[in-house]
Amino acid sequence: MLTKRIIPCLDIKDGRTVKGVNFVELRDAGDPVELGKIYADEGADELVFLDITATVEKRKTLVELVTKVAKTVNIPFTVGGGISTIDDVKALLNAGADKISINSAAVKNPDAVNALAREFGSQCIVVAIDTKRIDGIDFVHTHGGRKPTLLKTQEWAKEITERGAGEILLTSMDHDGVKNGFANDITSELSSMLSIPVIASGGAGSMQHFHDVFTAGKADAALAASIFHFKEIPIPELKSFLDKKGVNIRRML
Amino acid sequence: MEVAVIKYNAGNVKSVLYAMERLGVNATLTDDWETIKKADKVIFPGQGEASTAMKYLRERKLDQLIKELDQPFFGICLGLQLLCDYSEEYDTECLGIFPINVKKFPPLNKVPHIGWNNLENLKTPLLEGLDESSYVYYVHSYYAEINPKYTIATTHYINDFSAMLHKDNYYAMQGHPEKSSVVGEKILNNFLKL
Repeated sequence: MLTKRIIPCLDIKDGRTVKGVNFVELRDAGDPVELGKIYADEGADELVFLDITATVEKRKTLVELVTKVAKTVNIPFTVGGGISTIDDVKALLNAGADKISINSAAVKNPDAVNALAREFGSQCIVVAIDTKRIDGIDFVHTHGGRKPTLLKTQEWAKEITERGAGEILLTSMDHDGVKNGFANDITSELSSMLSIPVIASGGAGSMQHFHDVFTAGKADAALAASIFHFKEIPIPELKSFLDKKGVNIRRML
Repeated sequence: MEVAVIKYNAGNVKSVLYAMERLGVNATLTDDWETIKKADKVIFPGQGEASTAMKYLRERKLDQLIKELDQPFFGICLGLQLLCDYSEEYDTECLGIFPINVKKFPPLNKVPHIGWNNLENLKTPLLEGLDESSYVYYVHSYYAEINPKYTIATTHYINDFSAMLHKDNYYAMQGHPEKSSVVGEKILNNFLKL
């Protein structure tokens, strides 16, 4: 049976993990390759590396990092952050990334989703949506959730699916960082409506929250950052909790 | 040991090379007939679309070469589908090692089938040390039908399909062993021991 996926997310700046990491086993807390390997060994199902570097040198650093991750890690991983062109995607996939994630670039130029899906296949194109509820209506936001758009989240999700997105990474800005649980309502709405998998992100604070997003939220995968980095929820413990609760997850050998 | 990884227009071949590197095996990415012929093991990776891949293989006569090889041969993902008779993906005549058809998943659930799914009905030395709680990573929209003579493992998604195939020296797997954590490494190691 197909399992629900647990995905730790690593924020990268200039090739280093940021946002704080508190791992005793790490020789170097900032090394995303080392951290990625620990998560893979602990039973993470996939990894996401989100590049938040804002310099012109970023592309080179990122490609070097992706190469190192691909050599070290034995599970699939996605790379996102500032990706817009076919050349960007080609360089990252050639370096060994399994999927890329685009966000603001897709809003700015929706045809880019079609072009990327045609060139590389839908399976490696993740479209990230940052959503925020304003007066009861869900609107797409860009630039790390800072910039509102007039796009309604549900309509945008449907459109990018038709344009060839392979998966949707849905981050609820209302829930992100609050640790009060995922946005189960909109996650469930999108997951039921769409023919592609939905990865829920934003709001994980307890193991129960993961259970809720997989059941009530109907998410195919759940992503979180700090609760893993700070070992508030160790992945093996989370997986055995979900397993006991009857959620279908992958157990390590 | 010399391992040849067949070079054609398939995506993400690097992952297979890196996985071999992690297992301490030196693998060469090549489309050279002689190098492939004298290799101890041959890996035929894949990610992409069937008709374009077949056209590419035919233009370089790699289709003939693949059929002539007698060392252990391992097709992965699209590599498995191309070893079958026929694929519904753009109505493509494939290599015909396995007398099996490749079909598109009916839209009864999300397609592509993305994520970790378990192997069932495991047979052959390729699956030594593994059982039905072994999960592998899948990303595909097309699947090979089951043939009791050649199917050595199945997986269930929408319907049961051939997770792995075997005939003579030819082995194939729909999932990605190079991305399937320790389970994938076991399968690759078992293949290298054949």
